This record gives sequence, C-alpha cells and structure tokens, in this order.
Amino acid sequence: MSPLTIIMGLPLIMAAILTLVPAEKRAVFRWGAMLSTLASLLLAIYVFAQFDTALAASQDVDDTQGSVFATLEKEYGYAFTQRAPWIDSLNISFHVGVDGIGVVMVLMASIVAFAATCCAGEIKAREKEFTILLLLMAGGILGAFMSLDVFQMYFLHELALVPTFIMIGVWGRGKNRDYAAYKITLYLSLGALIALAGLILLYMEFETFSLLGMLDHLHTQQISTGKQNLIFALLMFGLGILVSLWPFHTWAPLGYGAAPTPTAMMHAGVIKKFGLFMLIRVALPLLPEGAQTWLPVLAWLCLGNILYCGLVAMRQKDLNQLIGNSSVAHMGFVFLGIASLTTIGLTGAVMVMFYTQTRTLDMENVSGLLKGMPFWGTAMIMALLAGCGLPGFANFAGEITVFFGAWSIPTFEAGQKLTHPFQEYSLQFRVVTIIAIWSALVIGAVYMLRAIRNLLHGEPDVDAPKADDITHWKKLPYALLIGVLLLFGCYPKLLTGKINTAYKSIQQAVQSNFSR
Amino acid sequence: MNLSLISLEIGVTLIGALVLLADLWTPKARKRQLGWFVVLGLAVLFGLSLRKFTGGGAAQILGYTKDSLTVFFQGFFIMAGILVTLLTISYADRIRSGISEMYALTCFALTGMLFAAGATSFVMVFVAVELITITFYVLTSFERNRLRSIEAGVKYLILGAAASAVMVFGIALIYGSTGTLEFSEVTQNLEADGIQHLMLFKLGMLLLLGGLAFKIAAVPFQLWVPDVYQGAPTPVTAFLATGSKAAGFVLLLRILHEACPIILDETWLRQLLAVMAGASILYGSLCALRQRNLKRLLGYSGIASAGYVLLGVVTLNAEGTQAVLFYLAGYLFAVLAAFTVIAMVTEDANDEDISVLANLHQRSPLFAITLTLAIMSLAGVPPLAGFFGKFLLLKAAFGAAGSDPVMPWVIGIAIAGVVISLFYYFGIIRVIYWGTGQLWAEKKPNADPIECPDTADIVVLICVFGMLALGIFPEPVLNLVEDASTALFSSAQ
Repeated sequence: MSPLTIIMGLPLIMAAILTLVPAEKRAVFRWGAMLSTLASLLLAIYVFAQFDTALAASQDVDDTQGSVFATLEKEYGYAFTQRAPWIDSLNISFHVGVDGIGVVMVLMASIVAFAATCCAGEIKAREKEFTILLLLMAGGILGAFMSLDVFQMYFLHELALVPTFIMIGVWGRGKNRDYAAYKITLYLSLGALIALAGLILLYMEFETFSLLGMLDHLHTQQISTGKQNLIFALLMFGLGILVSLWPFHTWAPLGYGAAPTPTAMMHAGVIKKFGLFMLIRVALPLLPEGAQTWLPVLAWLCLGNILYCGLVAMRQKDLNQLIGNSSVAHMGFVFLGIASLTTIGLTGAVMVMFYTQTRTLDMENVSGLLKGMPFWGTAMIMALLAGCGLPGFANFAGEITVFFGAWSIPTFEAGQKLTHPFQEYSLQFRVVTIIAIWSALVIGAVYMLRAIRNLLHGEPDVDAPKADDITHWKKLPYALLIGVLLLFGCYPKLLTGKINTAYKSIQQAVQSNFSR
Repeated sequence: MNLSLISLEIGVTLIGALVLLADLWTPKARKRQLGWFVVLGLAVLFGLSLRKFTGGGAAQILGYTKDSLTVFFQGFFIMAGILVTLLTISYADRIRSGISEMYALTCFALTGMLFAAGATSFVMVFVAVELITITFYVLTSFERNRLRSIEAGVKYLILGAAASAVMVFGIALIYGSTGTLEFSEVTQNLEADGIQHLMLFKLGMLLLLGGLAFKIAAVPFQLWVPDVYQGAPTPVTAFLATGSKAAGFVLLLRILHEACPIILDETWLRQLLAVMAGASILYGSLCALRQRNLKRLLGYSGIASAGYVLLGVVTLNAEGTQAVLFYLAGYLFAVLAAFTVIAMVTEDANDEDISVLANLHQRSPLFAITLTLAIMSLAGVPPLAGFFGKFLLLKAAFGAAGSDPVMPWVIGIAIAGVVISLFYYFGIIRVIYWGTGQLWAEKKPNADPIECPDTADIVVLICVFGMLALGIFPEPVLNLVEDASTALFSSAQ
C-alpha cells in the first residue's frame, strides 16, 4: 500500500471511529484528531524526503512486466503510486501518486491540517460533530491533491467542501454567518458544478477519467480547437470561482470572516488552492490550445485580484476583512505562478489564525496589542511581513519566481525550435507583470504595515476588553506554520527543486501538444 | 400460460389478501403487527426477484415481458414496498381507520407497479396504471379524521381520473390507428397501412404521454403534487413519490422505445420532452425556494427530480436510460429516508412547518444525520447516491447535447436548477443544526428526545446504507442498469 493512501486514509478512518465515541468524551475528539493529522504529517514529511529516491527507484524498475499505467507513471514522473479498480464500467479507478508538485501540496496540506486540528481547541460546543467534519475535510483535500484519477479528484474535493456549510453555520462568528454560510456554499457549488460540466466534456473526449490515460491519449488523438476552448473556459471559470478569481471573489472575505478558525485555515490555506492545482494538473496539459485562448483573459482577471482586492484591502477598518481581501489579492499571484501556490497557502493559513484572538479587530479603535499579547503580536507581525513578501520568508522566494517567470515567458524559448504558446502575448504579459510587482510591493506593504501600526503599536487602550495572549502548547500551530515559512524562505530550493522538475514535464506536454 | 412468470405479482396479491383475512381474527391491539408479516413476505419475494437477476433472457406472455428491465424495476418496487410498509408500521398510531387495510392496499398498489414494470401492451399499461391510481385514491384519504387528507384524496381522485380518461382516450386512438394493442406490432401495422394513420397515432401517443406525465408529476401535469403530498399520510406520500413515480418512468421508457420507434426520431417529440424536463426543473426548484411546509417542499423537489429524470429520458439512448435507472435507485433511498424522518418529527410535533426540525441534532442524532445525508443525496453531493446519479444524468445529457438545439438550454437550466435547489436543501440542514424554531414563537424549540418505534430506525438505517453503498460502490447497480437498458434496446430493435 502506498504511504499516500495512508496519509489520506488516517483522518477519514479516525472520523469514522469517532462517530462511535459518545459525545461527552471531549478530550478523545481533540486528541484523536490531532493524533491522526500528526501521523499524516509525519508520513507526508517522509514521502517528501524520500520522493527523489522513490522516483529514481521507480525509474529503474524494468517496465516490461508492468501495466500500461506503470509505464505512464514512470513517464510522467509519479512516485508512491497505487491503483485499484473502482468503477470499471466507467473507467474510473482509485489511483494515487505524486509528482514534484503533488508532493509539495500534500506536505503543505498536511501541515495546515495538523495546525488546524491544533486550533480546534477553541471550539467549546458540539466538539464531536466539529471534529468529524474537520477530519472529513482534511482527508478529502489530502486525497484530492494526490489523485491521479480526475473523477476521484473531484469527488474528494467536493467531500472536503461540503462540511464548510455546517461548520460556518453552527460554529461561525458574527451576525452575518448565516448569510456567509449560504453565500460560500452557493458560490462554491456553482463553481464545482461548472467544473464538473467541463470534466464530463473532457471525459467524453477520452472515455476515461484517468489523468495519465488522458495524457497518453493525447499522443494519438487531439481535441478540436473549438472543444478545447469550450472545455477550458468551463474549467477556468468553474475552478476560478473556487479559487476566488476576480470578479467571483466576494464569498471569500465574507466566508473567512465568519468561519471558525480551523475551517478558515483549511479553506484559505488548502482547499482554495485546489482549484488552481486542478487547472494546472488537468486543464493546462490536456487543453493547450484552449489555454492559449483563455490564459491572457485569465491574466487580466488576476490583475483584478491583485489590484482591486489589494486596494479594497487597503481601505478596510476591520482586520478580518483586511486579511480576507488580502488573501484574495494573493490568489492573483498564485495564478501567475505555481511556485507561490505552496507558500501563499501556508501564509493564508497563518493569517486566518489571528482572527479570533481578540474580540474586536476594528483597527480604528484598538491599538497597542503588542504590549498585552507579546507572542500573538510578534507572530502576527511575522505573518503580515511574510504576506507582503519580505525576504527571508517563503513568500519572497515565491513571488520573485513568479515575477521572473511571468517576465521571461516571451524570451524563454528563444533558442529553441518550438514556439511558445504565449509568444504573441508577450507585451501583455509584461504589462501584467509590471502592475503586479508594483502593487505587490506598494499596495501590499501599505495595508500590511498599516495594520501593524494601528493594531499592535501605540498605547494600549485602557477600556478595551482584555484579550489573553496565546499560552503554552497553543503556540504550537503558530510556531509550526511560521517556522515552515522561514525554512522555505531561507532554503527555497527544497520546494522549487521538486516543483521545477514537475513543472518542466507539464510545460513539455503543453508545448509538444501545442506544436503539433 | 406460464404462471411462474408472474409469480411475484401473485405473491404480493396473496400477501395482501392474507392480511385482510388475518385481520378478521386479529385483536385490535395487535393489528399493527400484521405489518411484520407483510414485510417478511415482501422480503422473501425481494430475494426471489434478486435471484432472477442472474437469469437474464426475456420470457413473455401476452402483454407482459419479463426481461432485465422488468426484473430491475420489480426489485426496485418491492424494496420500496418493504420500506414503506416498515414506515407504515411506525406510523400506525395515527391511522384511526383499520391499519390492516392500509397494508393490504399497499400490497395491491405494489401489484400494479409490478405489472407496470413488465407491461408490453396498452391494455396492460392501462390496467396497471388504474390499479395503482385507484388504490392511491383510497390511500391518500386514509386519515379520514383529517380534513387535509380528505382534501388530498378528492384532488387526487378528480385529477387522476381526468388523467386516466385522457390516457384511455389516447389508447383508443392508438388502437384505432394501428389496430393493435401490443407494443411490438404497432410499427409494423402502421407501415402495413402505408402510414396513412400516422397523425392519429401521434395524437394518441401525445394523450398517452400526458397521462403518464401525470404519474411522474412533470410540468404541466404537476398541480396535484404539493396538495396531495401534504395531505396524504406520510407513508403514502413516500410511496407516491417513489413507487408511483418510478412506475410512470418505466412505462414511459417502454412505450417510447418499444411502441413508437417510428416517431422516435422526430424533432417534436424530443423537444416536447426536453421542454417538459426544463420546465419541471425550473418550476419545482423555484416553488420550493420559499416553501416552509416540509411535505410540500419535498413535493416541489419531487417535481424538479422528475425533470432531471426526464432529462435522461430525452437522450433516448442507452446511456441516458442507465442514468435514469441509477438515479431512481438512489432517489428511492434518499426520499424514503427523508420522509421517514419527517414523518416521525412532524408526528411528534403535530406540525409540518420546517421549524419543527430545530434541535433535531440533539433530539435524535440518528435522524439528524439521516435527514442531512438524504438531503445531500437529493442535492447531489458526494459520497452519496444522488451525486453519482446526477453525474450520470449530466454525462448522458452532454452526450446528447448536439441532438437538438433545445438540449443545451435544457442542460443549462438543469445546472441552474441544481444550484437553486441547494438553497432550499441547505435551508433544511440549517434548521436541523442551528435553527431556532419559529420566529414568532416565544418558547424555545423542543429539545426532548423523539420517541419513535424501532421500525423507523430500521428504515432509516437501510436507507443510509443504500445511499452510501450506491454512492461509493456503484459498480453492482451499474451492472444491473446496464443489463436493463440492454434488454430495453435489444427488444426495441
């Protein structure tokens, strides 16, 4: 059995076991959840560390004995794979495996899942239901990132999405939570449904849901340009709604403001990134011509995220709203580059953790929090600075890669025979990049620094309700997430090395399909 | 005549008759226990009907065929009969008039459905439909002490009789134009005549389809649904929503593919069905949005579901038929689970407003989870049966999207309908987990545990198992529906 199956299975099995435990035993739920996600995390670290070895080992295996899929797994650089029949009559199978991108995403998802279960201590009512839903979410999304079958990918992602509604409604904050719960559910379901329509159309082209099977089919069979454009548009807008692409982003700040911390962490940190992951995994390599038509549109919409939401964030008086909007703005960068997917995911998770510690976060009235709550304040400063891309944090490495990548697209293939799909849009891409850099540095810094000045510095408010600093083991999730950000910031090669190899194979697939 | 072919029908009728007889010697307090006898008998028959699944091959007597499609639907109907009878047992306290008659009538309606599953002649269609409908006239007004139940009975009687009249007129026209009542002879008789009566045949078919649309509650024959669903005793409503609706669909499939291949390629037929599907989805979803009465709400959602299933019928191909059958199988468990929970809760509160579900998660965690799963299955969320059904339907519809210019629009409406339906479906989940009861009521919602008979728990557990099994491991049922659709399409050739 692949360790990946266990990583995904642990939270799900724990959720099933916990349904049998009586609701009074609160400690069991907290510890059970933490234990299962910790075990997943340790396994994910193991997979991450062993990835190169396993990949090399699998490349050495003589493939004359293996099935079609074994050969394909090798060709596309997937390791730790496992395949089992599921629904044969529709060519759907249970198939897990990771490449360089997948392994990084699984690691990130399990880090955030563990941190989220650590934060679940803030839930004081109906712990049983909450823990089970949270574990379903964690197992679902972990599974989605390692799926090599598109149906399975969609299935597990949807499984992770659904608990959100109940979690916001029951354990959410603020008067708006009812509205927020509906809004987030309707938006996300609509997005998922549109994406499903695209996937079904894709299935009808290939008669299989296996990602590798589809890639393999591409060698012999092309999809007509019109179909590619249609399917890519469905996937792009469907998944775009899931990742809060401008102008479909309004659910995100609202939803994150209303969601309980662990839910918001899982959502902002991991689940929201999935849409983009799927776009890169499925849409880009399979629909190169559709991508050529639509990616320039996508680039301008991303600019909407970066600029519009950045500016909106600048004017926010409430910290929740600020972080919500900035998380949407960051998604714009992610669209511009895969490398930032992970770091921004981690940052997103860190940021939303700060939501709950104080009762009111109106930046006009609250000040000097750093004095009363030194740990919380320090952690928050680090997170906010990471958010505006200070060197030393992973975000810097992520953003700088994005900028280089986006800028160099036109000249990238100058020496090679292949034409780059986006050559004719070179000017447009440079414009987008310039605006993105400008706003990242300026707008981001403005609102982040303003938040720090208003909230943390200055004289403490005497009348303000006293909030407690984070104590003892509750520091763990903060320390973990910020530590990871620093680690990847100081040694980015850990991430980029793995991502690059995988990205190159995708790029090759895009270009080889495109050039024909 | 080979009687063993209709052994299931005979068995079910016998069970019904035996219950009526046994009623004479059973003391009043123990009459409710007779339900267990029905359940046991039906369970045996279900086992028998399953055994035939492996058989395959068609066997036929005049007006009745037993092929894989028949076998699939007979299993479906008997399953529905078992679950409904179990629900009736737990609902027995509210039935003041004889409970044993209710068991017997359920069996007789079930017989009608079993015949409908295999009907291949218009006479059999009419007899089966009448057997179902007339039994339901009585069943819907069974709670004679409640005005609403009587009202429901009268409404169903008037509209149902009108629909039957239309249908029998249609059959008369078909007989007049073709000179036969057998599905298989229709085409050849028409062609032998030089297709001079084709117009008359089409008119007859149109009227017949109207009668069937009444059964499946598709727009524009849907008006009876909310009132009858609300007024009828809840077990009857559940049977109406599953068995009666599915009987309409199996007849529709058979008539379309076996009796009228000659007009199957004509655009108007496909467009008519497609427009009906779109209108049902839209009407059901929009009307359910502001509905606060639980049974009416499920009624409207049932109209929308009829629209989705019709979408699969419109494709007129094997893929669509498989989707229809699978969707119905998932629908059976979801709807019965929902009605069971609603029956128990509304009985406890003596009110059918959606607010009675408040605190359900505390009052009965099992019911709360079941209703949540049922609603999610209806909304089409993984890992439940409804998701896979919805997925198959969309897949089939996309496959047929190019067949007619109307289709893409209807698919668009279906997708919009799914999103609209999420709003009211999640409204139910909201009340279960964080509802606060009625706005205008001063007192807090009831928080005492719900007392209900064990039989309700059994139904609920079977349904939960069914929804999860169909959603996660659909393969066995997929194989069954594949066989069934193969049988339908091979006999159509």
